[in-house]
Amino acid sequence: MSARRIFARPARFAAIAPYLWMVLFFLVPFGFVLKISLSQTAIAQPPYTPVFDFTEGRAALAAAFAQLSFDNFRLLLQDNLYILSYLRSLVVAVTSTVVLLLIGYPIAYGMARLPQRWQGVAMMLVIVPFWTSFLIRIYAWINILQHDGLLNQILLALHIVSAPVVWLSTDSAMYLGIVYSYLPFMILPLYATLSKMDASLLEAAGDLGASPLQAFWLVTFPLSLPGVGAGALLCFIPIVGEFVIPDLLAGSNSLMIGQTLWLEFFTNKDWPVASAAAVALLLLLVPPLVLYDRLQRRQLAGGR
Amino acid sequence: MAHSATRLTRFNMTSLALGLAFLYLPIVILVIYSFNASRLVTVWGGWSLRWYHEFFSDRAMLDAAWMSLSVAAVSATLATLLGTLAAVGLARGERFRGRALFSGMLYSPLVMPEVISGLSLLLLFVALNAERGFWTVTIAHTTLTMCFVTVVVQSRLATLDRSLEEAAMDLGCDPVRAFLLVTLPLIVPAIVAGWMLAFTLSLDDVVIASFTTGPGSATLPIRIYSEVRLGVKPEINAICTLVIALIAVIIVVASFASKLSSARGESAAPL
Repeated sequence: MSARRIFARPARFAAIAPYLWMVLFFLVPFGFVLKISLSQTAIAQPPYTPVFDFTEGRAALAAAFAQLSFDNFRLLLQDNLYILSYLRSLVVAVTSTVVLLLIGYPIAYGMARLPQRWQGVAMMLVIVPFWTSFLIRIYAWINILQHDGLLNQILLALHIVSAPVVWLSTDSAMYLGIVYSYLPFMILPLYATLSKMDASLLEAAGDLGASPLQAFWLVTFPLSLPGVGAGALLCFIPIVGEFVIPDLLAGSNSLMIGQTLWLEFFTNKDWPVASAAAVALLLLLVPPLVLYDRLQRRQLAGGR
Repeated sequence: MAHSATRLTRFNMTSLALGLAFLYLPIVILVIYSFNASRLVTVWGGWSLRWYHEFFSDRAMLDAAWMSLSVAAVSATLATLLGTLAAVGLARGERFRGRALFSGMLYSPLVMPEVISGLSLLLLFVALNAERGFWTVTIAHTTLTMCFVTVVVQSRLATLDRSLEEAAMDLGCDPVRAFLLVTLPLIVPAIVAGWMLAFTLSLDDVVIASFTTGPGSATLPIRIYSEVRLGVKPEINAICTLVIALIAVIIVVASFASKLSSARGESAAPL
């Protein structure tokens, strides 16, 4: 026990460098986003008027505070474009998460039922696509879904359709891309809880007369809920802010918030509005982020 | 009857097989198409290395690839260093002030939408008046990927038998030496795996790199992305296949490292 305490001090010392790094490059930047979201747009480089300058002392700071403007946030609330893209992001994220659960659960369940030595192989097979470039995997789908791509060729050859179907630039293509990209994120936490489950519980349920389906609903599924929660959050949070997949696969008539932010920033060069959109997006994500953080910590504590 | 509840059913096998096919088929198709001699995707023109030649004579693409590889190598190394230190602090530091903030800062980038991370880092770099290019992208990628390294190394540290470290200290090692001589050799495979994960994540990123890079220093994913927006180009198939091959090598090395890790963990346990 005392050795532990002796070890703790240098371990804490080791954390100083990464701590400072994260404060400087993760926490402080959010301050800048907040600050610029409250400033006015300017046609200059950088394209905003500085809200305050740290070098000008307290009086200037007070004067600057008086100038803080919530115009950008007012714009977010008034302009339909933003509200619609927030709503769309939420709808897309919820729908995708549900579809991911429906597809991911049977796969994770199958993995957990494999003989022990095959489970490692199956897990490896699920992790590999996660390592493979995400952009490349989306691009692979463009190859297949394009006008004269493989999918249309097969459908035409089988006489299922008589003319090529437009797949690209549709919502179905976007959902396909999202589900494809995030599937490993859903499977792995589900598998982690399902594989740890005590098989004797199911046998007991069977002995007490439950059918396999009943045993699943009454025993397996409730016990796997922490995995369901972790997987759902791990998918939902990044999907809300997703940019690349909707940009490459969905049509351009309705945007997700990540695309709107990108458009404001790169095309319209309106940094304050882009920052305001980022702040609003972050506020939206705080509850799921807190929940996810709690789940993570509980899991790490349980693993110890 | 009792066994039917835990048996591997046909439904289990089918869902597993379909799931894996779904994950792998598009990649396999992409790799096959990269060897297609024809410019048209519809027509199979026979096997050919034509698009690979095209890539290796595309100066701008090669520059981008080189930029991406160097960013990935430098940022993965920095991230591994910082991430391992952070993991040690979290796994062995017991309670300390600001621990919740620390772990929060380390876990949230794992799920934080990239547009937010990218935008916030860019605003920082603009405020600091930093010239945007290689180093800003490297710093951005280090920040993102060190969190992944932390998770990988921390979970290894959490499963490690702490009595080994305690025994070393009882035998007269100071904590630093106990860590270097006992703990570090046991977590090296996790550190290697963390480096490789950081490397591939950096090699993959479009969004954060787009925000933090400057004019004239595009990474490979940025170039691929802008080409893909204009439509499918066979050369991109070849580049993607090369990246997949590189990542496959990395995965083989990483899985070898983790196998080594579990083998060592078992042999170390009876000690």
